[in-house]
Amino acid sequence: MRVPILKQGDYLIASIQSALTDADLVQLRDDLAEMAGRYRARGIIIDVTALDVMDSFAVRTLRAITHILRMRGARTVIVGIQPEVAFAMVQLGLTLGDTMTALDLEEGLALLNRRREPR
Amino acid sequence: MNETRVPIHSDADIIAARHLGRKLAEQVGFSGSELTVIATAISEIARNIVEYARSGEVVLRPMNQGSRRGILVVAKDRGPGIADVELAMQDGYSTSKGIGLGLPGARRLMDEFDIDSKVGKGTTITMKKWIA
Amino acid sequence: MKIKGPTVLVSNESTSALLTELVAHLRQNRTQLREEWARRITESQLLTAMTKEEIFAEATSVYDNYVAVLETGAVEALQAYARDLSERIIPRGVETHEVVGIVLLLRDVLARSLFKKYQSDFALLNRVLDAYEPAANRIANTVAVGFVQERERIIRQQQEAIRELSTPVLQVRERLLILPIIGVIDPQRARQVTEQLLRGIRSNRAKVVVIDITGVPAVDATVANHLVQTVDASRLMGATVIVTGLSAEIAQTLVTIGVDLSKMKTIGDLQGGIEEAERLLGYKVILEATETQGAAKPPTTV
Repeated sequence: MRVPILKQGDYLIASIQSALTDADLVQLRDDLAEMAGRYRARGIIIDVTALDVMDSFAVRTLRAITHILRMRGARTVIVGIQPEVAFAMVQLGLTLGDTMTALDLEEGLALLNRRREPR
Repeated sequence: MNETRVPIHSDADIIAARHLGRKLAEQVGFSGSELTVIATAISEIARNIVEYARSGEVVLRPMNQGSRRGILVVAKDRGPGIADVELAMQDGYSTSKGIGLGLPGARRLMDEFDIDSKVGKGTTITMKKWIA
Repeated sequence: MKIKGPTVLVSNESTSALLTELVAHLRQNRTQLREEWARRITESQLLTAMTKEEIFAEATSVYDNYVAVLETGAVEALQAYARDLSERIIPRGVETHEVVGIVLLLRDVLARSLFKKYQSDFALLNRVLDAYEPAANRIANTVAVGFVQERERIIRQQQEAIRELSTPVLQVRERLLILPIIGVIDPQRARQVTEQLLRGIRSNRAKVVVIDITGVPAVDATVANHLVQTVDASRLMGATVIVTGLSAEIAQTLVTIGVDLSKMKTIGDLQGGIEEAERLLGYKVILEATETQGAAKPPTTV
C-alpha cells in the first residue's frame, strides 16, 4: 500500500495510514527520494501515528530515508511515535540516531521551520 | 483459546503474525505496552524467517502454569540454519544486505528465548512471555 | 492459517447417541429440574448476594447453556458464557466457592434425575453415566476456571487503576510535565510509571519533562537502565528530558554502570530543573529594578 505524500511549500509530508509491509517501506524510501529531488524539498515529515509496531526493519529504513534525504539537502522529522511503540523501541534497543523526532505534525513543522538551512 | 498457526511466506505475513499475536496476548490478559512488546518480538522473528528461510510458520499459544499465564511464540523454518548461534545473538551482527538479525532484540523483549538451529536443516525459535 | 477446531467432548458414536437421549430428557424436564436446582441453591445458602428472582433468571440461562454444551460438546461457547456470567456476578460479590458450588449442585440434580430414569436397567444406567460424567466434569471445570480467570482479570484491572492514581505525573505548566519518583520501585511499577508518563506526553503535548529522582534511595543497574529507557522513549516522542535530584554519588554510580549522561540534561535540584524547563519553553522571568525605589521589584513570570 503506497503511502500518500503531500507537498506543503518546500516540505513533503508522508502520512502513513496503516501497518506497512517491508516492501511498502522500501517503496516509501524510493518515493521520498524521488520527490525530494524533483521538488527540491527542504524538509520531510513522516507521520507514523498509525504504526502500532516499529521494529528493527522499520527503524533501519527510516534512518536510511533520513540519510538519503540529507544528501539531497532535506531534513527529516519523524512524528507521531506512540507511547507503547516508543517504549517497545527503547526496550528493543532501537534508536533513530540523528533522525529528529517530534510529537506530531504541528510540532514537526515548527521544528523544521526553526531549522531552516540556507542552501 | 487455542493454538494459532500462521504460515510465513512473505512480508505481509509478518504483519498477520504480529496482529494475531497481539490479539492472543490480549486474550491471555496482557495489557498496555506489553502487547506492543510482544507484537514487536514476533515481527522480528517472523522477518527472520522471510529473510533467511523464505518460508516457515509462527505458532502462537497461550500458556497456563498454575496461577501464571503467558504466551508462547514459536518460529519454525526449514531454511539454511544458523551456523554460529552465539555470534548471531550478538548485537550488531549482520549478514546479508546489511540487515541484522533482529534476534538479540527479540530476546531482550521476551522473558524466555531459545534458538535451536542446524545448518542445512532449519531453525526453531521459542519465546515466552509471562504476565507479571 | 489453521486454527484448531472447537474442543469436542464426545469421541464416539454410541456415547454420542446416549448423550442425545439424555439431553432430550433434560430438556423435557427442564422446568422441574431447574426449579429443584434453584431451590437447592437457596437451601445451601449460596448466592446470598442475589435475589430469588435474579437467581432464577441466571439459573435458567446456566441450565440451558449446560444442556446445550452436553449436546454439542462445544466448550468454547461455554467458556465465553462463563466469562460473561462472571463479569455480571463478580461485581455483585459472588465468590468462587459459590460458583463452583452451584455448578456441582446442578450436576448433582441432573445426575439424580438420570438415576431415576434409568434405574431399572443397571447396565444402561452405567453407560448413561459413562457418557454424562466426563462431560459434566468438564463443564464444571470450564465454568470454575472461567470465573477465576475473570476474577483475576478484574483484580489486575483494579490494581492498575490504583497504581495509576498513586503515580503522579504532574502538569504544572502547559507543555511541561513533572514526574517525581519516590521510593523503591519494582520493575512492574516502573514500567507502569513510564507508560503513564509517555501517555501523558501525548495527551498534554508536553515538550519538556522533568524527572526528579531526589526521593530514590538507591540507583542500581536496573533502575539506571529503566531511567535511561524512560528518557530515550520520551525523546522519541519529541520531549526534552531534564533529570533532577541526581547527587554526585548517584551520578558517579550511573557513569560507572555505563550510562551515557550526555544523553540527558541533569540539574541538581527540582527547582533548578523547573527553571531550566521554563527557559526551554520560552518563559522569561523579568526582574524589574528602579533607581528611585532602590530595590528590585519581585520577579514576574511571563
